[in-house]
Amino acid sequence: MGLLSKKSSGPQLRRLPTGTFTVDALGCVVCSTVPQAVPAAIVREIGRQVVAIFDEARGAQLPFSEMVAQYADFKIIAREMRGGAIIFLSPKPPQLESSS
Amino acid sequence: MLKQHKILLLDDDDQMLELYQELLKQLPSQPEVHVCNSGARAIALLEAEPFTLLVTDLRMPKMDGLQVLAIVRRKYPHLRIIVLTGVLDEEYRSRAYGQGVDLFWQKPANTEEFQLFKDCVESLLDREVRSEGGFRGMQSKSLVDLIQLECLSRSSSVLHISQGGVSGRIWVQNGEVIDAATANFTGEEAFKEILSWKGGNFEILPPEPQRPRAIHHSYQGLLLDSAQALDEWRGQQTGAETNVPAQEGYSGPSNSPLAPLARFEGVEFVLTMPLDEQAPPESWGLENPRQIAAWARATQKRLRELGEKIGAGPLAEASGFGWQRHWALAADARKGLLCAGFRRVLPKEKVETTMKHIFAKWVS
Repeated sequence: MGLLSKKSSGPQLRRLPTGTFTVDALGCVVCSTVPQAVPAAIVREIGRQVVAIFDEARGAQLPFSEMVAQYADFKIIAREMRGGAIIFLSPKPPQLESSS
Repeated sequence: MLKQHKILLLDDDDQMLELYQELLKQLPSQPEVHVCNSGARAIALLEAEPFTLLVTDLRMPKMDGLQVLAIVRRKYPHLRIIVLTGVLDEEYRSRAYGQGVDLFWQKPANTEEFQLFKDCVESLLDREVRSEGGFRGMQSKSLVDLIQLECLSRSSSVLHISQGGVSGRIWVQNGEVIDAATANFTGEEAFKEILSWKGGNFEILPPEPQRPRAIHHSYQGLLLDSAQALDEWRGQQTGAETNVPAQEGYSGPSNSPLAPLARFEGVEFVLTMPLDEQAPPESWGLENPRQIAAWARATQKRLRELGEKIGAGPLAEASGFGWQRHWALAADARKGLLCAGFRRVLPKEKVETTMKHIFAKWVS
């Protein structure tokens, strides 16, 4: 039954982006250390959403200068900088969380 | 009358779909097996009718398996999920378990492995998911049952238990509970804290024989003490609470249902938003709850959708730090969204740990 041992050589899974980049007040990427293998659209989307969150918070009378978003496997830290932001992307290493 | 289970198979390889569909139909429980070859189609099918189990590949074009998991796990928390993939990578295995899958299987390579896979699927289908609590791991059991099982069978293992954003561990050695740990406690205090959690997930990890013994009571005594402490705490909670001090500068009512959540150090406001977006939010210490609620919902939605696009897993928590105040957001699939505000003098690490405690109290 060759089908049981057939290994799919299909599309590759994307690794989580890692690195640092800065965006201007419109969310456009100014400079970046994120590897080029990461689609530019993903990086732009992260920048755009972060800037929008900072702007909306100001509108809600809840201004802040630093944000941390913790996902199951990923962390985004963003610092507001004169309307733009510097954004740090860090995947979590593949280990179980230690409670001690 | 026994309920017929429904399985949804997701793989971009039509030959694999046909093969697994035929083989899973032969299971003793004779489930109904549906197939689809794209993540978007799988989500549409899950929305149209209830399924018991989703078996999904990881490597697929357009929407890969991890993106599907991120969406499906949030929308259907009771759906059992098996990842069935040819990808041999510890990072993806860890990410899949981080997103709450029940099993991660490499695609079987021989008939023996395939029989094992069928046995696991049949075992999963046999279990019912209780919606009002219980700890999901290999089985849905109460935590007391789990500890008793491990101890009575004289096992050695480490129980990793997680609930929302907090987690803890209980070390069992030769049927004795020897230690426990949470973020804030160790030993018996940690054991009692873990036992106070009403539901969550658990994993049984390999034993750690070198772990020094910090708990010297028998497990029966520990369980009895924990049950007594929990009964006493619940008895206090059901009484009227009229002496909660109001926070300086804010007019939070002491008899507000959110007042207990605001007792933690440094809390300025607490805001809860139900799942129904039309329902009004509840707040403590806020003059403009609706405006903050609208912002909190929008922010949660932005970050959640961003995580789904990246394949980062579910959003556990978001927090912000400003010169006026800090804030934190966390969502629960049953209760909705929780937002808390903190004084700006509270350190960042304290904001995160305090929010975890507030969230655990809110969902329990």
